[in-house]
Amino acid sequence: MSGKKSLGRFFTENAVVIIFLALTIAAIPPSGLSFQYIIQEMITRLGRNTFLVLALLLPIFAGMGLNFGMTLGAMSGQIGLILAINWNIGGVEGLLFAALVGTPISVLMGYICGAVLNKAKGREMVTGYILAFFINGVYQFVVLYMMGSIFPIKNPAIVLSRGYGIRNTLNLENVRQSLDDLLMLKVGGFLIPVATFLIIGLLCVFVVWFKKTKLGQDMRAVGHDMTVAEAAGVPVDRTRIIAIIISTVLASFGQIIFLQNMGNMATYNAHDQTSFFAVAAILVGGASVKKASIPNVIIGVILLHVLYVVTPRAGQNLFGSAMIGEYFRQFIGYGVIALTLVLYAWKARQGAARAREGLRGGNSATAAAGTAAADTAKGGAK
Amino acid sequence: MDKIKQFVTDFGWPRIIIFLFLLFLFIAAPFVGVRIDASISDVFNRFGQNALFVLAMVPMIQSGCGLNFGLSIGIIAGLIGSTLSVQFGLTGLMGFFGAVALAIPFAVIFGWFYGLLLNKVKGEEMTIAMYVGFAGVMFMCIMWLILPYTNSTMVWGYAGKGLRTTISVEGYYRQVLNDFWAIRIGTDFIFPTGMLLFVVFCAFLMWLFLRTKTGTAMTAVGSNPDFARASGISADRMRTVSVIISTVLGAVGIVVFQQSYGFIQLYTAPLAMPFAAVAAILIGGASVNKATMVNVLVGAFLFQGLLTMTPSVINSALKTDISEVIRIIVSNGIIIYALTRKTKVTK
Repeated sequence: MSGKKSLGRFFTENAVVIIFLALTIAAIPPSGLSFQYIIQEMITRLGRNTFLVLALLLPIFAGMGLNFGMTLGAMSGQIGLILAINWNIGGVEGLLFAALVGTPISVLMGYICGAVLNKAKGREMVTGYILAFFINGVYQFVVLYMMGSIFPIKNPAIVLSRGYGIRNTLNLENVRQSLDDLLMLKVGGFLIPVATFLIIGLLCVFVVWFKKTKLGQDMRAVGHDMTVAEAAGVPVDRTRIIAIIISTVLASFGQIIFLQNMGNMATYNAHDQTSFFAVAAILVGGASVKKASIPNVIIGVILLHVLYVVTPRAGQNLFGSAMIGEYFRQFIGYGVIALTLVLYAWKARQGAARAREGLRGGNSATAAAGTAAADTAKGGAK
Repeated sequence: MDKIKQFVTDFGWPRIIIFLFLLFLFIAAPFVGVRIDASISDVFNRFGQNALFVLAMVPMIQSGCGLNFGLSIGIIAGLIGSTLSVQFGLTGLMGFFGAVALAIPFAVIFGWFYGLLLNKVKGEEMTIAMYVGFAGVMFMCIMWLILPYTNSTMVWGYAGKGLRTTISVEGYYRQVLNDFWAIRIGTDFIFPTGMLLFVVFCAFLMWLFLRTKTGTAMTAVGSNPDFARASGISADRMRTVSVIISTVLGAVGIVVFQQSYGFIQLYTAPLAMPFAAVAAILIGGASVNKATMVNVLVGAFLFQGLLTMTPSVINSALKTDISEVIRIIVSNGIIIYALTRKTKVTK
């Protein structure tokens, strides 16, 4: 009995992962891609994306939800890369330089983002999302109009023909895969970028260590209940801002790692999808708005990207149109985000309703329980 | 002096700055060689095209569901209606009202489900609405490819199936509302009387509705849920009604937009549309939980005025294309401003 119950609980708690796994496995055969190819692609994409997704963890610990403002960090990293190319600094040094430039910018961005989110408690996610749009405008203003006119740009190859503004696509030839190639191992026919994975591993160690520090504990206290944390003497607003700053800085490093692997940078679009992919990945991996772990990140990156690799081909082979697969995978990405948010908000409300019932006595409690049960039944039917 | 101060705090600095900026643009226009009559005509036109989307924000704000970032659900219903209308070959006013009539049932059904969903996630409506909207748009992208439409003006020529990205409504219902009693002055000024009448009519209906028993109950649910429950109003039902109305308005809004713009835009086109409407109503002075007809009309006018005037004036003055950046910063800045105001979050 209890075994059955725990199995049922396992399924409800991991519903998103299981649905996604089933979908992914179903899409592999019609794609006609070899396992060899898929596994190599997975290794590459794990190296490319994991760091960015890890950047989401701290704000979740601090109860701020999914940090859609991570795009701000991505833009800071891109500015670092633009300057690295401008001064023609290649190889790993170029990446380090980009990270060095990106850090102060992303600290500032993170501070702004944290301060704004503190003014919008209870709707951090939507505010972060719009803030990313807003800063995107500022980014465009700086990169498209001020670089080359107010900020001197030395390298004419990256400037638009009109004399100022950075070109739409930047060739990152100097730094292309320099981190990946630093320590490339070939194991059984698969190329493994060990250096990239080492950095990701270091970050994981940092996250685990950070959770145990005073600041990490404070963050979890804030995430659990802001009022209680405040009463216990935790500086709530400050802790939340620090969580966002660290997340933004990590996102800027993550974007640099992502772009060095891609080898090209769409100056004005590279950051558009950053938060979408990262958020979808962590949710696919079984995280929720309030709870996330490193395994969630890794499982999520693998599952989401297998699906992204196989669906266009599967769409082509099943329906004779690659566009169907393309739209399908985007639908799944957005759908997963919506679904997880709904499941979480729904559960949270059920918990709140139950807590309210406990406070009430007599008839009203039974009535409320009745409606709650009816709600549950309706939800289940849907 | 105190009165002015009060007015400024009520109206909010961002709105005053935007208003002054727009005024400045109108004054500067003739000096940089932009025709003022053509600009005003443009502003009216775009006001009419977008006003219904802005109006669609009102019911959900009033019922406490927040800003409808999932307006694309309604837009999708409108797109289904308009493609069906073209498929059936309806033309002229028949085409327009046919599209509206065909769209409304879909909008009601979608809105009903969407409303039920939002009732389950009180307090998180806005983020979820956004992603539900995105997912809906992407799902319909697949549908546009595989639904069995056959009208040759709509489907891809070489494949014979799958709808085109943009479909011209020329010969169907292009400008039917705009041209209705349109007033032409000179060569460049056209006042789209029919469309504006339609918009005012819809706004009047909404105004009237908010004063009916249902409308008052809806506002009560939004402004004081406990009081509403105590007076025996079903919060969930009122919220669902508000979502359905918002979705229907989104559907009608896109048909009005198409008849003026001249094209049906499919696939990923609806993705960004809700954001413009959200920005517009906030510029008009609405907050996350209160909106009036004045907010709608002022907001739509200011926002569309800004969108029309900045490209033409700034670009001819500075000889650059910086206006797009200004648009991004202004419209998103105002949304952030509204989201960070100290207002009660509905739980």
